[in-house]
Amino acid sequence: MDPQELIARRVAQEIRPGTLVNLGIGLPTQVGRYLPPGMDVYLQAENGIVGLGVRPPEGMEDPDLTDAGGAFVTAIPGAARVDSTLSFGLIRGGHLDMTVLGGLQVDESGRLANWMVPGKLAPGMGGAMDLVTGARRVVVAMFHTAKGAPKIVRHLELPLTSTRRVDLIVTEMAVIEPTDAGLVLRETAPDVDVDAVVRATAARLIVDEPVGRMLACA
Amino acid sequence: MKTAIPVEEAARRIPDGASLLVGGFMGVGSPHRLIDALVACGRRNLTLIGNDTARPGVGVAKLISSGQVTRVITSHIGLNPETQKKMFAGEIVVELVPQGTLVERIRAAGYGLGGVLVKTGIGTLAGEGRQAVEIDGETWLLERPLRADFALIHANQADYAGNLAYQLTATNFNPVMAMAAGTVICEAREILPIGMITPDHVDTPGVLVDYLVGIPAA
Repeated sequence: MDPQELIARRVAQEIRPGTLVNLGIGLPTQVGRYLPPGMDVYLQAENGIVGLGVRPPEGMEDPDLTDAGGAFVTAIPGAARVDSTLSFGLIRGGHLDMTVLGGLQVDESGRLANWMVPGKLAPGMGGAMDLVTGARRVVVAMFHTAKGAPKIVRHLELPLTSTRRVDLIVTEMAVIEPTDAGLVLRETAPDVDVDAVVRATAARLIVDEPVGRMLACA
Repeated sequence: MKTAIPVEEAARRIPDGASLLVGGFMGVGSPHRLIDALVACGRRNLTLIGNDTARPGVGVAKLISSGQVTRVITSHIGLNPETQKKMFAGEIVVELVPQGTLVERIRAAGYGLGGVLVKTGIGTLAGEGRQAVEIDGETWLLERPLRADFALIHANQADYAGNLAYQLTATNFNPVMAMAAGTVICEAREILPIGMITPDHVDTPGVLVDYLVGIPAA
């Protein structure tokens, strides 16, 4: 399976009916494709929609209906338009059940860096700091390594997004849960063994046998 | 009653050194004709406050490219390499602010609040230089109001009383910005006779709007 699809499918399993979920731009956006059809879930785009739908067919795009990355989207029946104050009130005020974001690094205590590489890349935090600080549950969806270098590290080298510990890390190799005791390896990808995950991770991993298989119950 | 003024005249009212709140999210819901007219005016030393700096060639990015902006307060510049280049070259000072904090700072200015207390940014670069405030044992950051000389906003509909109605994700920062500037200039897609936007559908009351930009003859 394509690694991005594997990550997106596994994250989709974390989404519960009856919830409000924010999917970040990039890889996290793909999660929406793998939700069970007809599932009662509201996706938020922080630029102002609660009840985001799929991409519109070509020729049916509305220039006033986009996601936070500026891509054309649709709104599901029951959707609501919100302005930026209400949108971030939902995020900060404890009304957002889950957020899924990309990551540059996560450290051993489960803290995320995802908005800046000093001197090289300064995209800005956009809504990421509010989302990680305010959402009830934070899931990081990212590749396990970048150009061979582990992204799950002992100490962050990049600027922090929030002091809040994220709740789950899903990569193409593994599912890892940050806990009080440290990072616990919960699952490995179908063709990846525990040793391979440990080798690709620069932080200490707690291996809690038996480790599950990603998508085993899909 | 408000008389619509030509877009060139609206742009001429903005002097060198002015601070501008400009609505829009990745160019969606930005006052595009007003921005073009301002670029043609060749102003200097403008401060731009808005969610992002869009992509090169789109919306407020044109003000960055034309060299008229020397200071930007925004949450995201990741999709505009030109802003990043000018920032690293020292041609533009960029203050990156978390999106939810940015919108609340503008709201504080417009709603007569002395500041807002937020959790977002604590322990990160975005929290540096902020006063920490302890309330009932919890720590918050004090964020100060953010006001500008002008708000340049976009609406889907206006009427000749200045009432405005927004549409879908083109709403974003526009309503809050209409509250927080000395002079509010609105570019609407259409200007309707008074009464055509019913009281329940007015998002921004006309008393907040100083100038409507005229619709070009077809």
